[in-house]
Amino acid sequence: MELKELIEQKLKENFSSENFVFSEYRGELTLTLDKKNIVKVSSMLKENPDLQFKLCEDITAVDWAKRKDRFTVVYHIYSLKLNSRLVLKANVDEEECNIDSVSSVWKTANWHERETYDMYGIKFNNHPDLRRMYMPEEFEYHPLRKDFPLMGIPGSLPLPKK
Amino acid sequence: MPKLNKDEVHPKILETLLADTDISIEDALENEMVLNMGPQHPATHGVLRLLLRLDGETVMSCVPELGYLHRGYEKLAENMSYYEFIPHTDRLDYLSPMANNVAWALAVEKLAGIEAPPRAQYIRMIITELARIASHLVAIGALAMDVGAMTVFLWTFREREKILDVWDILCGARFTNSYTRIGGVANDAQPEAIAKVKWFIDQYEENLDECERLLNTNRIFIERLDGVGIINGEDAIDMGLTGPSLRGSGVEFDLRRAQPYLFYNEVDFKVITYPDGDSLARYFVRADETRESIKIIRQALEKMPQGEILLNQPKKVLPKKAEIYSKMEELIHDFMIVNFGINPPVGDIYHAVENPKGELGFYLVSKGEGNPWKCKIRSPSMVNLQSIPRLVKGRMVSDVVAIIGSLDPVMGEADK
Repeated sequence: MELKELIEQKLKENFSSENFVFSEYRGELTLTLDKKNIVKVSSMLKENPDLQFKLCEDITAVDWAKRKDRFTVVYHIYSLKLNSRLVLKANVDEEECNIDSVSSVWKTANWHERETYDMYGIKFNNHPDLRRMYMPEEFEYHPLRKDFPLMGIPGSLPLPKK
Repeated sequence: MPKLNKDEVHPKILETLLADTDISIEDALENEMVLNMGPQHPATHGVLRLLLRLDGETVMSCVPELGYLHRGYEKLAENMSYYEFIPHTDRLDYLSPMANNVAWALAVEKLAGIEAPPRAQYIRMIITELARIASHLVAIGALAMDVGAMTVFLWTFREREKILDVWDILCGARFTNSYTRIGGVANDAQPEAIAKVKWFIDQYEENLDECERLLNTNRIFIERLDGVGIINGEDAIDMGLTGPSLRGSGVEFDLRRAQPYLFYNEVDFKVITYPDGDSLARYFVRADETRESIKIIRQALEKMPQGEILLNQPKKVLPKKAEIYSKMEELIHDFMIVNFGINPPVGDIYHAVENPKGELGFYLVSKGEGNPWKCKIRSPSMVNLQSIPRLVKGRMVSDVVAIIGSLDPVMGEADK
């Protein structure tokens, strides 16, 4: 069975009332879902014996700058059983800049989510240790947002005193 | 040395010293201590900082801190064209720059929907495998040096030097190569370079055996690594480990086999796994993998066809220099690509390759412009480092050094 039909069928069995959108580009299957379902769906994808998406490869976000839902959080997960990759996407608004953490599903999500928080300022609810990954803790901005200038903001990083 | 008089010591210090008369050595060892290991520590392979909570010499818990080498490559990538980012990939995993170049070129080609000619792909396969050997040699040498065997480090570096000489002939640079181009490679592999590769693969295995004889029969080396930093396959997948660190835990997952790119589906090689999941198993995987790489290079050299090394696709691929100077059309295309970029169609892709350290992936979002709208680097070193707290828990401080060495992180890549 095709990967798309298999996942569609499993989603229908478990979450019949929810709306999921599939898309495909250059051979990559993408599943767009509502951000409130992310933990439910990802744990289903991981635990279901027919799917077993056990390896979470990457979590990141995209800043669309002027779009209504400003951010998209992107998850790349891999199933060693099916030998295929699935992309999950969930839109996050700037006003309510948070999404549930999937670090309870995949342990490796911990640092990926910390990095995404550091770079985009998206808060991950129920994250065990949501600190900045690369930037200093007292840094106020989120550098990968499109409104952060390439040259940086003068004075935002405190220099050592003479 | 003249002794201090009682009157010369500050009264407050004297008071505390006198109050402390009942302290014994046993008490001192019972206290927990926080040790700050790094960022400047020779065994952390760069600027990794580990905060260790110690009970005596046993590690109770560990918090890794990253970001001392953060250069913001993802932000830089958003502000430069796809061509301009090639030299920056050299500086990610700086022990295998060629493999990073190939990974970037493949990702951009997938985004733009083009494919390099077969000869270029075979050249890329050969250089990726040579880079893997070079990187694993450093990993083995550095691991041995971390646990106290100095000689092996010199011997593996001698072998790596020969690969750097190949780079020198091939592209004129020994270290930061920037050899690949979008749609091919910078220049054809010269007969001298191919001869040098052939010479290298013929003498390599004998020299590796020599290094292995130094290590595999060395009781100190084996005992420092055997059973240290154990992680089982299920947990390794959960922690996101990839590359030799995952295969050392008995999981047969290699992107070259699972999602073949280049011509890996046409060559015969074995995916090395060891079931133990300890530092020694990770070392064995690396050593054996270099042998498989030799096998791949040998087959690739045989199968490599003659032909073009750069795709003829004027809107996406920079033309050759000689043609720019002699033909009007080529000059126009060169001008357009340099000034406005290659403008891949709107869309986003993720392309991952099996790098020496693990899975190196690029997530690229294009809005149809010359610059990527977003570039995310999925770096294996960073993800592999995440498992350190788990691996070092309950071990000695000296084991921490061995575990870091066996994971083989490169901070240029972990911090981006």
